[in-house]
Amino acid sequence: MSYLTITDLQKHYDSYHALRGINLNISEGEFVVFVGPSGCGKSTLLRTIAGLESSTGGNIELDGRDITEVASSKRDLAMVFQSYALYPHMTVADNLSFALRLAKVSDAEIKEKVRSVSASLQLDALLERKPKELSGGQRQRVAIGRAIVRQPKVFLFDEPLSNLDAALRVQMRLELARLHKKLGTTMIYVTHDQVEAMTLADRVVILNAGQIEQVGTPLELYRQPNSRFVAEFIGTPKMNLIAANKIVRHEDNLAIELLGQQILFPANRLKGPLPKTAVVGIRPEHMTLVKEGGDLSGRIELVEHLGSEAYAHLQLSSDQTIIIKAPARTELKDGQVVSIKIDISEIILFNENDRVISVIPEEV
Amino acid sequence: MKRSITRLLMAPSVIMLLVWMIIPLSMTIYFSTIRYNLLYPGQNNFVGWMNFEFFITDPGFIPAVSNTLILLLSVLIITVVLGVMLSALIDKPFFGQGIVRVLLISPFFIMPTVNALIWKNMMMNPVYGIFAWISQSLGLQPIDWLSSYPLMSVIIMVSWQWLPFAILVFVTALQSQDSEQKEAAQMDGATGWHIFRYLTIPHLARPIAVVVMIETIFLLAVFAEIFVSTGGGPGYDSTNLAYLIYNQALLQYDVGVASAGGLFAVLLANIVAFFLIRAVGKNLTV
Repeated sequence: MSYLTITDLQKHYDSYHALRGINLNISEGEFVVFVGPSGCGKSTLLRTIAGLESSTGGNIELDGRDITEVASSKRDLAMVFQSYALYPHMTVADNLSFALRLAKVSDAEIKEKVRSVSASLQLDALLERKPKELSGGQRQRVAIGRAIVRQPKVFLFDEPLSNLDAALRVQMRLELARLHKKLGTTMIYVTHDQVEAMTLADRVVILNAGQIEQVGTPLELYRQPNSRFVAEFIGTPKMNLIAANKIVRHEDNLAIELLGQQILFPANRLKGPLPKTAVVGIRPEHMTLVKEGGDLSGRIELVEHLGSEAYAHLQLSSDQTIIIKAPARTELKDGQVVSIKIDISEIILFNENDRVISVIPEEV
Repeated sequence: MKRSITRLLMAPSVIMLLVWMIIPLSMTIYFSTIRYNLLYPGQNNFVGWMNFEFFITDPGFIPAVSNTLILLLSVLIITVVLGVMLSALIDKPFFGQGIVRVLLISPFFIMPTVNALIWKNMMMNPVYGIFAWISQSLGLQPIDWLSSYPLMSVIIMVSWQWLPFAILVFVTALQSQDSEQKEAAQMDGATGWHIFRYLTIPHLARPIAVVVMIETIFLLAVFAEIFVSTGGGPGYDSTNLAYLIYNQALLQYDVGVASAGGLFAVLLANIVAFFLIRAVGKNLTV
């Protein structure tokens, strides 16, 4: 049973079509992350759900109630903003209790709720401070506390971690995951950072140019993307793409010609008719360097050592470079010519319209 | 060594400023202790506190002090309250916002003398003023503003002159208000009034303090509007301290008493400033 249902949601600005028919079902207690490049409409979608932007078509239903035209204050949602948007003239305690005071909740109840929220977010010692006397992480916790204290049906997060430094971001990410486990409330989270999307989400919604590109669990998106856009968006470093100019059927296999060499791809993994050409996608972690007899060979341009692993940039031909994940203590040298073995079970084929035309085999 | 050079280089400007301030002040103090009437030249003997006594016991003194304070407080309240309301009103984009803003701010560019003449002859004149025309259109008796409500007329003129300044400061301040805070309040269930009350007013506390202080400096010395329109009258009904001092020096030719009055005005300004800074100055440190 869907808790938050979005049906054919449209948003037009004067001459700009920001949301082009969004359809999405979110179940109760789910952690859903909207992710996509800048300008893809993820923030607009969140703000439209929040009621801060009005939609120009379609509708939004929350817990069986149509909230499309309802004022944002009556939607029973709470939002955490990128800038935190704390009220600068109020103490932390007043910030936390602002919504409750407006709702004319009794003083005793307000006190109790503020106490329990501040205890769970370690804000007890800061209750009498003003926002400007807090650090970035503390402000972030106050902003989250201000949302929790109202016990809304859905939490909305608009890039909440993007103003924090890298170390704090990792810590807050963990705290958010714990918070979701503890509260079990539905959460919708917008980010442009795919690591946040992959680690936090039950389901990820990838948006592109005002449309949903794909919805799925983080692993589904990683292993079985629908399109080249999703395949390239998920995963760091990016998926390698190599054009295959000639594909022929060879008994149970397809013989795919990659830069003059052939690889064999099981024919039963092909969706639809046999294409003439395709683009082959291989992730850096699905290739290994071998002494000889590999599927491809190339010259090492650069090796990036990250400590736990290394990434080798390879020049395969004059206009084709790829990235390969290598062990940390690799002996690779710049300029060396190496041979590469491709893990065929992990490769993905794209047709000329950038749609995926292969399926990933069931895991054994 | 280095320090003395700095001081040496700074000295000319510091000395210049000191002289600039000290000479007029000491001359005023000196004049206030001697008999100095332009009608009796040469009889400049020392008279002690007598000039102060004359000034304070002048029948115009009590009205002048109270008029000065009434004028100051009324104009401050009108410009701050109306200024905040109008600025909040024109903060949201609407058709013709630019023109409305320019119109609201333009009275500030009109010099006080012209301002007073406009109000005196075009608005408040009982025969051909616009207010008289409105009264007559409604079948009422036209009011002779300048003689019936002289102080109120001056307050209206000065408020019209200073309202643009307040609006200019407040409009600028409102533009720096964070829109995400307003949206957060909206999500928290705040109405437009709540946002105005709990977010906009606290946000404007500092600009309000600035407006009050700057206006105070100028409003204690309002002169041109009174001189051009009511001439301080009828009687002393619209005479303030500045006008009373002018009256002593250039209508009664008594420079000694006028100097004593000037020193009293300095004293009054300091008292007012003391209370004002106590009242609104704490907003400046926040």
